Amino acid sequence: MANVLRFRRGFRFQWEPAQQCHVLLYPEGMVKLNESAGAILQEVDGERSVAELVAVLEQKFPEAGALANDVCEFLEHACNQHWLEVS
Amino acid sequence: MTISSAASTDKAGHSVGPPLWLLAELTYRCPLQCPYCSNPLDFAQTEKELTTDEWVQVLRQGREMGAAQLGFSGGEPLVRPDLEELIAEARSLGYYTNLITSGLGLTEAKVNAFAAAGLDHIQVSFQASDPELNNAIAGSRKAFEQKLKMARAVKEAGYPMVLNFVVHRHNIHQMKDIMSLCERLDADFVELATCQYYGWALENREGLMPSKAQLERAEAEVNEFRAQLEASGSHMKLIFVTPDYYEERPKACMNGWGSLFLTVAPDGTALPCHSARLLPIEFPNVRDTHLKSVWYDSPGFNHYRGDAWMPEPCRSCDEKDKDFGGCRCQAYLLTGNADNADPVCSKSSYHDRILAARKAADHATVGIADLTYRNAENSRLFFKS
Ligand code: SF4
Ligand code: SF4
Repeated sequence: MANVLRFRRGFRFQWEPAQQCHVLLYPEGMVKLNESAGAILQEVDGERSVAELVAVLEQKFPEAGALANDVCEFLEHACNQHWLEVS
Repeated sequence: MTISSAASTDKAGHSVGPPLWLLAELTYRCPLQCPYCSNPLDFAQTEKELTTDEWVQVLRQGREMGAAQLGFSGGEPLVRPDLEELIAEARSLGYYTNLITSGLGLTEAKVNAFAAAGLDHIQVSFQASDPELNNAIAGSRKAFEQKLKMARAVKEAGYPMVLNFVVHRHNIHQMKDIMSLCERLDADFVELATCQYYGWALENREGLMPSKAQLERAEAEVNEFRAQLEASGSHMKLIFVTPDYYEERPKACMNGWGSLFLTVAPDGTALPCHSARLLPIEFPNVRDTHLKSVWYDSPGFNHYRGDAWMPEPCRSCDEKDKDFGGCRCQAYLLTGNADNADPVCSKSSYHDRILAARKAADHATVGIADLTYRNAENSRLFFKS
């Protein structure tokens, strides 16, 4: 939870108007992200810790309740995919 | 390119989505002469290349339509003096920009200037893991050393490093060396791609296609290496593209005709895939047609969309949504009719042609020196005859 994550070099996160979703772009590839994945990755800035990130998201989506488990699970997936790394 | 989805996307229906991947083949000029080059056999005949302004228009139109991935390729894209300008334009439009290069003509200064212009990634292609074989295949005496130097410069400049090796019967025994070389260079992605047999590679098929035994050994070596990488937590990702000639079902070529990919050739001809030019179909040119109508309205791009065009055995096949009947170019080259099922499919009545090629690969004696190299002289032979 204390870890600070950032996008790995060569991985770019951006909003695609034509697809109406966030995507993650990398060498010759692209992942379309669903809404929650997009919302989480949007907060990854290489400065905030995972705990801070969870707090920001919980504040942004109060109706969603406690988010720590879901967010951590997704971030772990993103790290295993080598989209993110510990900065 | 891989497109995976964290969301559930709707694949049903045949509504046409935007071209997400734009390939800008800036030029057919290239200092190398690879005998498996995907450029047309008669490339030397090609008309005038698009100007900088024309390319800028293409990039803008493509981005407006939703293209997100952009590849600069060729030929050797570095021979275009306006490459840096095009990179800057593409990046400011929001593309993820990929440069696909042989590394020849690249310098450290260019690597850094391109990074400053916003280039996201440089893919350097190799012909082998040692200078002798590499240079023999590339038809150039100093290619290997230059490639190594540039691979290091790319890494140093902080780009993600993608190395590409075209694999065939004369270098497939080097798989282990190739993979260790990649590891030493600290590559992030490695593409080991066996040739696809169109154009120059089809001319040279007997001299390029690995035998079944060679392929099986290589596959085992790749799997072993991959397992080691995973065990060590390495970030290096290894992709091995095996030849479809050893499959019983064709590949889902280009993810479906006119579904994701749009290639623009050096002279402005727009194509659903970079080899589609060899088909007896008329394709529009971006010089006189807006990319939007190229993609959505042109007869060329609509020709093989959906499945109404399919004859048997594809028409009544329950796998047609999976592979779209395979590759149109392969069907055309091997059966004479581009509508036919890709003969890689065991249901195709032409499948025996694939079996014959497999058999030939077991006994082939074509040496490296016997291959037809891709150069202007050989190219002219193809359009004179
Ligand atoms: S495949 Fe070889 S000859 Fe063809 S464009 Fe690439 S580097 Fe040049
Ligand atoms: S018959 Fe046609 S659609 Fe069916 S698997 Fe073979 S190529 Fe694909």
